[in-house]
Amino acid sequence: MLLAVLSGFLLAAAVPWLYKLLQGRINWALALLPAGLTVYFASFMPEIAAGDQVLVSYNWIPSLDIQLSFLLDGLSLMFALLISGIGTFILLYAGSYLHGDRDLPKFYIFILAFMASMLGLVLSNNLISLFVFWELTSITSYMLIGYHHEQLKSRKSALQGLLVTVGGGMALMAGLILMGSVAGTYEISEILNNGDVIRDSGLYTGILILILIGTFSKSAQVPLHFWLPNAMAAPTPVSAYLHSATMVKAGVYLLARLNPSLGETELWHTILPLFGALTMFTGMFLAYRSTEIKKILAYTTLMALGTLTMLIGIGTELAIGAAMTFLLAHALYKASLFLVAGSLDHSTGTKDITKMGGLARIMPITTYAAILAALSMAGIAPLFGFIAKEMLFEAVLESNYLTSFLLVLTVATAMLGVAIGGVIALRPFFGARKETPSKPHEAPFAMWIGPATLATLGLLCGLLPFLPERGILSAAVTSVYGEYESFYLTLWHGFNLPLMLSIASIAVGVLLFFGWDAIRARLLWLDKVFAYGPERGYEKALDGMNWTAQWQTRVLQNGYLRYYLLTILATLIGLVGYTLFTGYEPRLLFDFVGVQFIEAVIAILIVLAAVVAATTHSRLGAVVSVGVVGFGVALVYVLFSAPDLGITQVLVETLTVLLLVLVLFRLPEFLDLSSTAARMRDAVVAVAVGSLFTLLLLTATELQLHDPISQFFVENSEPEGHGRNIVNVILVDFRALDTLGEIFVLALAAIGVYAMIKFRAEEYKK
Amino acid sequence: MTSMPSLILSTAARVLLPLLVLFSIFLLLRGHDLPGGGFIGGLVGASGYTLYLFAFDSSAARAALRMDPRTMVGLGLVIATLSGVIGTFVRGEPFFTSQWWEVYVPIFGEMKLSSPLIFDLGVYMVVLGSVMTIVLTLAEAEE
Amino acid sequence: MEPLMAYVVGGLYAAAIYMMLRRSIVKLVIGLILLSNAANLLIFTAAGLVRGTPPLIAEGAQVPPPGVADPLPQALVLTAIVIAFGVLAFAVVLIHRAYEIVKADDLDQMKSTDT
Repeated sequence: MLLAVLSGFLLAAAVPWLYKLLQGRINWALALLPAGLTVYFASFMPEIAAGDQVLVSYNWIPSLDIQLSFLLDGLSLMFALLISGIGTFILLYAGSYLHGDRDLPKFYIFILAFMASMLGLVLSNNLISLFVFWELTSITSYMLIGYHHEQLKSRKSALQGLLVTVGGGMALMAGLILMGSVAGTYEISEILNNGDVIRDSGLYTGILILILIGTFSKSAQVPLHFWLPNAMAAPTPVSAYLHSATMVKAGVYLLARLNPSLGETELWHTILPLFGALTMFTGMFLAYRSTEIKKILAYTTLMALGTLTMLIGIGTELAIGAAMTFLLAHALYKASLFLVAGSLDHSTGTKDITKMGGLARIMPITTYAAILAALSMAGIAPLFGFIAKEMLFEAVLESNYLTSFLLVLTVATAMLGVAIGGVIALRPFFGARKETPSKPHEAPFAMWIGPATLATLGLLCGLLPFLPERGILSAAVTSVYGEYESFYLTLWHGFNLPLMLSIASIAVGVLLFFGWDAIRARLLWLDKVFAYGPERGYEKALDGMNWTAQWQTRVLQNGYLRYYLLTILATLIGLVGYTLFTGYEPRLLFDFVGVQFIEAVIAILIVLAAVVAATTHSRLGAVVSVGVVGFGVALVYVLFSAPDLGITQVLVETLTVLLLVLVLFRLPEFLDLSSTAARMRDAVVAVAVGSLFTLLLLTATELQLHDPISQFFVENSEPEGHGRNIVNVILVDFRALDTLGEIFVLALAAIGVYAMIKFRAEEYKK
Repeated sequence: MTSMPSLILSTAARVLLPLLVLFSIFLLLRGHDLPGGGFIGGLVGASGYTLYLFAFDSSAARAALRMDPRTMVGLGLVIATLSGVIGTFVRGEPFFTSQWWEVYVPIFGEMKLSSPLIFDLGVYMVVLGSVMTIVLTLAEAEE
Repeated sequence: MEPLMAYVVGGLYAAAIYMMLRRSIVKLVIGLILLSNAANLLIFTAAGLVRGTPPLIAEGAQVPPPGVADPLPQALVLTAIVIAFGVLAFAVVLIHRAYEIVKADDLDQMKSTDT
């Protein structure tokens, strides 16, 4: 299981080599991984459908009760299948769609890493590791949205997505940690059984609001929805992936996951449906106003996210069932619609749906996929989307809070949905052929297989609803809702109110479809109103932050290094001096008893050399003196029982001198630039700092505030670490993590040197 | 370097380089029990190659290294990190729990192979690679 | 011995700070080197100085002889020495690049971001 989650990261790391090996055909090889994962996860289906759970746990940071544990139940299995299944098609598609793109290997790296993060997120059984994966998806999606990084718009959208989701992530982290400490465990499987403890605690409201901020930002609920349409700056396969099964569904996933422990309170039943319904309607309304095909689809994703949030918020057995059904239906049709949109864009050279027409004859397979998927979105029988919509109506009718408000918005959304579905299914493909920027052609195999398969699945699920129900949905409902009484899918519910509503919405939807161009033109004036939307708030906040940063930079960073240093040093003298003189008894000792002759000579030599280095007028003199200081310090190490340090110091000292020879002598001679007054001031500061450290050291050597931890290392080096050089055992075993960080710093410094010398800004532009 | 290299220096460097590299590996291997280890070993190795660089030129030193020092840095980091997850994957223990194996090597007999040793090898490669990246980059800028 | 080293550390700090406050960029580099030496020596001395008993365990023994030198500051300082070298190299090259662009050895002339 761990390998299944991490394999995406591992493969991502191998992409550069594979790319050299396979070039343009790499997408076929890479798609094998998600395909394999799909099969792997599918093999759990019988077990999960039978009501079992798979729980795998690895110790990660046992001292903080953080396990790397994975939970596979109905909900996470459904997500895992969607992520890996759709991921397969996305990878295939991308290889063709982005064929010949300069940064293609980078794309594969990011999308594989993103897929792995997403899998980790839905499979995590620990709040902390869930959060880590959550943030990883934010970061990798930032890379993906900003893939066309040379475009300002891409960079801006990517940053916007990152700031909104990571900002929400902060709130989420606070909420998760609060929840963990209230429940007394960070293991999700245990928290789910402890729902009452959390609901009864005084912190419940705080936890809920913090977690909701996190999930709403990720799942783009009003008023944090603006980043999602902008994220369309990403290449189309990415949009398809982000919108159908991943990223934005992460918030919905978390809500569904935590439903047993946070749900079933009045607060939950009001906040979620309220925001969900508003998002649902806003999304669909905005979609109706747009003509760019990707924008339309992005707004319908908002609609779907709102619907799911609303259904989870309603929280009845029927609503959860509807949510799971809707989620599956949406993933299938949205992925294929986005891929179709990409093919259309690729083939015609325009994204504007009003500029396309009559493509059915040229692109038959794409047309087939588009019609099936769009009708599923519109909720037309016998497609899967119809079943989902019927259940949605039923659930809203049965809801206990805000019923009429929700019903009005739902029905209005459904009407607009029919119209939009019709626009996407019919406008580009039928009617008169229109001139497009490039000559249209059918998409290649890699680009039609995904949408066609997914759209066909949508049809199959609609015709044979017991397949998804037995296979996965009933298990998913169990994990979100608990034991249910009756949950089944069927196309025919009888002549009831939901069916009436469906028929009514289709009738009005058809009218809205035919009036699309006219009504859209009437709604243009709204542009001015929307200019004052939440996005403007985001931009104002960003501007404010930049302004503050500039202001405080002007004040604190005036460009004179020595004033920074003087500020720092004054603070140092003030704080350390204050603590030293008020908390302890600083003593000035001249106790040189027991100092051996050679040691005294070395000490005097070091100080003399330092003084020479500081006062000489020759660069060579300074370099030599610094060398003397270094070797003197090395001797001190050797004399006082630190052979490792002595050797290291000597070697580094040699290399330092070499470095100075290579660079320093290409710089100008020493100059005396400061005035005498400035020099006097600096000397006073320098002597003050020096004296402070002497006092500090004199006081510290006589003081023992805590028991030294070194005793542990000394005693356990041989028995535990099997090493007799204790310093080395500390470095590579006891404190290996520190050392790892340190070699990373060293590597960064080397890369920095390399980059500064080899890459010049002028050359990069070419 | 640009000036004519001295014959004594170049001859000495030719002889010293393999000795210093061997010595650095020796220091690396014995580091767990006696003074030495990845940091010191890496620095000794780096001084050997730097000496070679001064005796000949940067391309000769690059050839003597055989591996691009930047690759060595990356590889070292990967090795060091992977040594930490061996225990995680094999025994489900926390990151950087040390693992020990007794390995029989012909001539040397029983040897202690351990994840800390692998980690130290990573440190060695990062130190050697980083110092050589810096020195070679600077020397090439000079030329 | 610690009192004597305390004065050495103080002297090194004073020299380092004085050099870092100069306007000449080359002097800044010299100051950096002195500063890292001073800091390493500070940590090393603070743990107490012991002669002739390095933190090594004799073959076959389980623990080192009593009164052995504290290994922890040694481990800290060892990595610090190597990192200081990396950071120094970075700083030196940064200064060199800045000098190439600004053509001035005066830090006061480097206070604008425009070149």
